[in-house]
Amino acid sequence: MKLTGLTAVELGRRIKSGEIGVREAVEAQLDAISAKEDKYHCYITVLREEALARADEVQKGIREGRYTSPLAGVPVAVKDNICMRGVRTTCASKMLEEFRPPYSAAVVEKLEAAGTVILGKTNMDEFAMGSTTETSFFGETKNPWDITRVPGGSSGGAAAAVAAGEAFAALGSDTGGSIRQPSAFCGVTGIKPTYGTVSRYGLIAYASSLDQIGPIARNVEDCAALLELIAGRDERDSTSVTREGPAFGSALSGGVRGMRIGIPRGYFSGGLDAEVKDAVLAAAGVLQEQGAEVEESELEAVDYAIPAYYVIASAEAGSNLSRYDGVKYGYRAPGCGGLQEVYKKTRSEGFGEEVRRRMLIGAFVLSSGYYDAYYGKAMKVREVIRQGFDRAFERYDMLLGPTAPTTAPKLGASLGDPLKMYLGDIYTVAVNLAGLPAISLPCGRDRAGLPIGLQLIGRPFGERELIRAARSFEQTRQWRLPAAGCISDGRGGAAEREAV
Amino acid sequence: MKNYETVIGLEVHVELATKTKIFCGCTTQFGGPPNTHCCPVCTGMPGTLPVLNRRVVEFAVAAGLATGCEITGNCRFDRKNYFYPDLPKAYQISQLYLPICRNGGIEIETEQGAKRIGIHEIHMEEDAGKLVHDPQEDCTLVDYNRCGVPLIEIVSDPDMRSAGEAVAYLEKLRLILQYLGVSDCRMQEGSLRADINLSVREAGSTQLGTRTEMKNMNSFRAIARAVEGERKRQIEVLESGGRIVQETRRWDDGRNTSFAMRSKEEAQDYRYFPEPDLVPVVISEDWLREIKAREPELRDAKMLRYEKEYGIPAYDAAILTGSKRLADIFEETAALCGNPKEASNWLMVEALRLLREAGQEPEELALEPAKLAALIRLVEAGTVNRTTAKEVFEKIFREQVDPEVYIKENGLAMVQDDGLLRETVLRVIDANPQSAADFLGGKEKALGFLVGQTMKVLRGKGNPERVNALLREALGQRTAES
Repeated sequence: MKLTGLTAVELGRRIKSGEIGVREAVEAQLDAISAKEDKYHCYITVLREEALARADEVQKGIREGRYTSPLAGVPVAVKDNICMRGVRTTCASKMLEEFRPPYSAAVVEKLEAAGTVILGKTNMDEFAMGSTTETSFFGETKNPWDITRVPGGSSGGAAAAVAAGEAFAALGSDTGGSIRQPSAFCGVTGIKPTYGTVSRYGLIAYASSLDQIGPIARNVEDCAALLELIAGRDERDSTSVTREGPAFGSALSGGVRGMRIGIPRGYFSGGLDAEVKDAVLAAAGVLQEQGAEVEESELEAVDYAIPAYYVIASAEAGSNLSRYDGVKYGYRAPGCGGLQEVYKKTRSEGFGEEVRRRMLIGAFVLSSGYYDAYYGKAMKVREVIRQGFDRAFERYDMLLGPTAPTTAPKLGASLGDPLKMYLGDIYTVAVNLAGLPAISLPCGRDRAGLPIGLQLIGRPFGERELIRAARSFEQTRQWRLPAAGCISDGRGGAAEREAV
Repeated sequence: MKNYETVIGLEVHVELATKTKIFCGCTTQFGGPPNTHCCPVCTGMPGTLPVLNRRVVEFAVAAGLATGCEITGNCRFDRKNYFYPDLPKAYQISQLYLPICRNGGIEIETEQGAKRIGIHEIHMEEDAGKLVHDPQEDCTLVDYNRCGVPLIEIVSDPDMRSAGEAVAYLEKLRLILQYLGVSDCRMQEGSLRADINLSVREAGSTQLGTRTEMKNMNSFRAIARAVEGERKRQIEVLESGGRIVQETRRWDDGRNTSFAMRSKEEAQDYRYFPEPDLVPVVISEDWLREIKAREPELRDAKMLRYEKEYGIPAYDAAILTGSKRLADIFEETAALCGNPKEASNWLMVEALRLLREAGQEPEELALEPAKLAALIRLVEAGTVNRTTAKEVFEKIFREQVDPEVYIKENGLAMVQDDGLLRETVLRVIDANPQSAADFLGGKEKALGFLVGQTMKVLRGKGNPERVNALLREALGQRTAES
């Protein structure tokens, strides 16, 4: 098997045993990037020299016992809204085209402390606003399953890189589905952790009360291993929490016998694609066969999640992005006469259309006289949604449904109709509003051969249960990625049946 | 002219005396080269997050408790959004919806008697940076050193009716805050800033008139003048049939007048909303008790202690404790020299006199307790006499000289050499035979003249008592000899 076809955990094992050298792994990955980037454009910045230098240092560290994590020596990618000291961190925006932070995000420090090798910064929707990675100032990323289609977004570059074999695993960020939806579109696995599990320090904010960093990888085990590396309370992020048992890597086995899984009835009406519906229900059937108690359930306020999400996310975004004013760093429009003109031109020229749209929405919903009708109301809906989940979790250990209502749309098909694009977030945004953990993993393909994502939503801090159930389901299929070759978990024992 | 009543409310911004900023570990020290007291957090760099300084909460709670406020057990921060180059995040983290303290008040004393001024709320917030115009380059520069320095804003109820009451309120508030140690409250350095909300109405009316907000007063005296000026201006407008416009005005103390800055219509929409990067501040009963237990000795207790422990007269104790600075200098000096009464005398008489002459407040007194203590000890040891000591004190007050060094360098020490003193005394007696004879003839007064003459020869550096004794001794011998 090709080296780049290994899972991250298997590669880590072989590096630890000395079978594969870190430099060898990094070079193989850089070669793959060289060969495929023109086609897919997953990265904004590739850290070629840095990664090679780091490979040697990590190899030495592993020998000397300084790096002992399961992913020591494994090359990974990081979404370009995560700060890395001295490295261009753009948020895929002209505004931060040349921004080099003098600090690293907490997760980057953790990846470095664990001995992973960061290959580069992946493409995304500008400031993580979008569901297609088409709003990137640096150009779109293409879906490795079909390059005429989008990879999803906003962590489209990260998901596509993992799918295309341009990274063993990657960190994305999820504000309203930005890890799960591109994972679904690209046929990979992604976890949006419980809010507060991963430090947001150094994550360039889109909507602070919704943003969470999480792993994207080829299977559940890799995701669990990566999540374990990055989780933990951080003094620098007041919203991060100390939690019991973040040992996600050990949560894989045990199966689903006795687990109670609810399927929200409201998730299976409206604009849900029939093939997606069938694949998701089939997956529910598999879990039932494996011993889970699966039944239809109620979930309140599903229809209000999208408006509430766009009001709250836009309000926070409008405030968070006000700092890009041309005064301190980043883009400043040339030839401005006075301060007001610096603000106006810099922000008109530095931001793309989607970002400007959300900032205008944000300013509007917070403005005097409209606050109660929009932001205030949305916060109430958020509470109702949270309570709705609480009630559901009194009966169920987790909820099951689709990650997205369709498979990946064609490039250029979404941006013209933002409202329709927003509706694509129907299954993901409520999870962020309630701060819950959720995982998206492949559960089949449609007639066009495009991957379909299954979403499992857990109770707060229920990642271990999600990982166990997802792993249990995952073992029933042998997954084939278009560009990365056959993915094996390296242990054998996976069923031969290919889903759908 | 109708009879008008003035209605005044004050918004007081106080910089808290924490070592570090409200949301990061940078120093709060005043001054420093531009942009040296800042970091990615207080300059709002992308991806950075605020972390609340616990001391800020404790200081705000202490201020609230000392002003009779209710403490909000579960308070929260909000974002106040506006664009300005001195505000790097383009929002100020402040408190709007759930401020930390509410519904308090303090008692003030004026000539009209005692009165309670209500405190509507106290909230925590961060300071902004400073814009500096560079005339050479003709550009504006930003200094972020002050960004994130913790502030509390104390909002009074509209309970004051005159400039006198406003100043009494501010003085009382300042004293409380200084005693608590939560702020040094220096208006010149901007660590205390007050905005005046003022309206007038016909006496007897219960309806509030339209108010204006006045900014830019940098002393209590300027506040009194601004209240008076705005009161007159509003009455004149009303008397001439005009209407008061709700607006923010800027006081120009030099010209004793104010200018409109912006009207209500031009006021910004701050789009406040709850700060999502910070969790609610939960103030437990235990924490509250802890803060209360740490409350330092406040003025009334101090005043009593000075009387009982040090034997200082009540009037002096009131003056000394009327300024935290004076009280601090007094206590430290007393501790260093072991003579509280002397320490009190120097401060009450000489220090206050010199301050008055300089037109300064006791708060501005720059006197090192160690130097005053040294001077007191030098007087006690007989190294200098009181007249010389007063001269030295002035030098300490004005030029911060070291008393010992100054006395030595200027040869001010008393002549301790008894031989030299004796010789001088004899010379003076010889030179003034008449006075000597007068004294010997029973005129006690003549001795005073001889002492004066001796001191003159000694250029003031004699110990008057010793000179007196030696003169008596020498004159006694003369009698014996003759």
